[in-house]
Amino acid sequence: MSTTETKSPPKDPKKETAPEKVEDTAPAFEKSYVDQIANQFSDDVEVEYIKENRTRLNVKKEKIIDVAKFIKDNTPFDHAESVSGVDFPDEKEIGVTYHLGSYTDPAYSKQVLALATRAPREETPNPGNDSTKLPSLRDMFYSVEFHEREVFEMLGVYFEGHPDNRRLLLPEDWADLPPLRKDFKNKGR
Amino acid sequence: MAEVIPTKEMPPGLQVENVDDRIMTLNVGPQHPGSGHMRIIVKIDGDYIVDADPDPGYVHRGEEKMAEARNYITNIPHLERPVIHDSCNILYPYVLGVEDLVGIEVPERAKYVRVIAAELNRCIYIQYWLAIYGIFLGHSTMFMWPAGDRELFIDLMEKISGARVTHAYFVPGGVRNDVPANFEDVCLRQVNYFEKRIKEYGDIFYDNPILKARTEDTGVLSREDAIRLGTTGSVLRASGVDYDVRVKEPYDVYDELDVHTNVLKAGDSYARSKVPWLDMLESCNIIRQALEKMPKSGSIRTKLKPNPKGGLDEVYRRVESGRGAAGCYIVSKEKPEPYRLKLSVGSFRNLIALPYLLKGEKLGNMPAVYWSLNYWPVEADR
Repeated sequence: MSTTETKSPPKDPKKETAPEKVEDTAPAFEKSYVDQIANQFSDDVEVEYIKENRTRLNVKKEKIIDVAKFIKDNTPFDHAESVSGVDFPDEKEIGVTYHLGSYTDPAYSKQVLALATRAPREETPNPGNDSTKLPSLRDMFYSVEFHEREVFEMLGVYFEGHPDNRRLLLPEDWADLPPLRKDFKNKGR
Repeated sequence: MAEVIPTKEMPPGLQVENVDDRIMTLNVGPQHPGSGHMRIIVKIDGDYIVDADPDPGYVHRGEEKMAEARNYITNIPHLERPVIHDSCNILYPYVLGVEDLVGIEVPERAKYVRVIAAELNRCIYIQYWLAIYGIFLGHSTMFMWPAGDRELFIDLMEKISGARVTHAYFVPGGVRNDVPANFEDVCLRQVNYFEKRIKEYGDIFYDNPILKARTEDTGVLSREDAIRLGTTGSVLRASGVDYDVRVKEPYDVYDELDVHTNVLKAGDSYARSKVPWLDMLESCNIIRQALEKMPKSGSIRTKLKPNPKGGLDEVYRRVESGRGAAGCYIVSKEKPEPYRLKLSVGSFRNLIALPYLLKGEKLGNMPAVYWSLNYWPVEADR
């Protein structure tokens, strides 16, 4: 069974969600801090959804450092819980989602802000030496250190500015495709 | 860290190190009985650790990749494998996430059964962890007692689910089967006895001057660093941060129960080893409350349609597991299988603190510091 085969034409989740419609029903508290970020970066930040306790912003990779700095300095989000790479072969992109949380502000303890960006994807990856690169957020959110190492080995996204882009979970001499890419097939399936 | 000399032919990930005569490099693990399935590359100057580099991955099984090829139901048994002693809690965020994706309600009784099972599992895990912490520090009684006492709850879970450790008990929509007829009485009796037993650990272990001498003021993690490094669970709470997902973002029926968060301020190995023990006592309270409030009869499972599909959506749910917050991020693309499933687990998040805590410590303190992180190698590797 292949997960890459799409029976229906590929849909872009960004185009499915009309921002105006989302914001009509958005919870007030979540909307307030998302608006604070979105107003600062009007063209570069796209609000994908505002749900109860969960929000998601899509940011262009050129602006991810600025947005992360702004979030770190102006909102109570102080650590990254998880960094997830998602492969989109049809769109020739690899998405990276940072889930940010807050320990310091009790009002924000329920909130998880997903900060997502996308890197270009190459058909024949050469991790570290191809165009699949993103700036590292380690200077803003120190806790991404091991998570970004994992994304590098699992999806081949090189994080520029990360001091330690070594393998973490995979063997050091792993020479196959980055395993979480969709074209890496599970053996026997 | 030694200077890295890159060469063009080297595959990415490999590195060459310069050798310093004064610094000695030790490999602790991956076959060390204490390190678990992990290697820590320790650099020592005399007796003092100057650098520590955790090298996990020896039990990486590609759970996230496997999940992309299996549907939402068949994912259940293998997703609990990363930490079989805490299998309910590691499945919990996944099950909650799938419920959000397919949009089903969970019966009230099932929510209570889940909370009880999750708390029992938390105790089973912590007892196992505590037993190893005991033997790490040469306290063999503290190995025998928790290893024996956890059988009480393993028996209970066996009565509920039929399996001693890998229960595969939670399913989207509720739990797999109902608890046995006299479960409330048996459970209450076991919990009360269990609580009496673990209170004795205080005398033999936590008030033991030898333990205190070995763990107090070793591996101190300040509150600011605990937040900055994004640690979670007992590590975070031992450094004085009041954060427990059960209280801060209650799931299922935790908002109807009185859950107390155990916070210690010291941030040293002693505090980190004490918080899980206090959590077990709190778990006993939670189980008793849940048994009292649980509806005595009713449905325990909302059946899903065969091969359920999520929408064009994504979900991130988190719970408090035995090792801290366990998060599950599911990207769904209208398929029976998740498009991408990411487990963000406490062990992996706490690992980043290890080099910080070990720098400047004596090598002999390494086991006390390392295992106090409440680290489970298999879970970190997934």
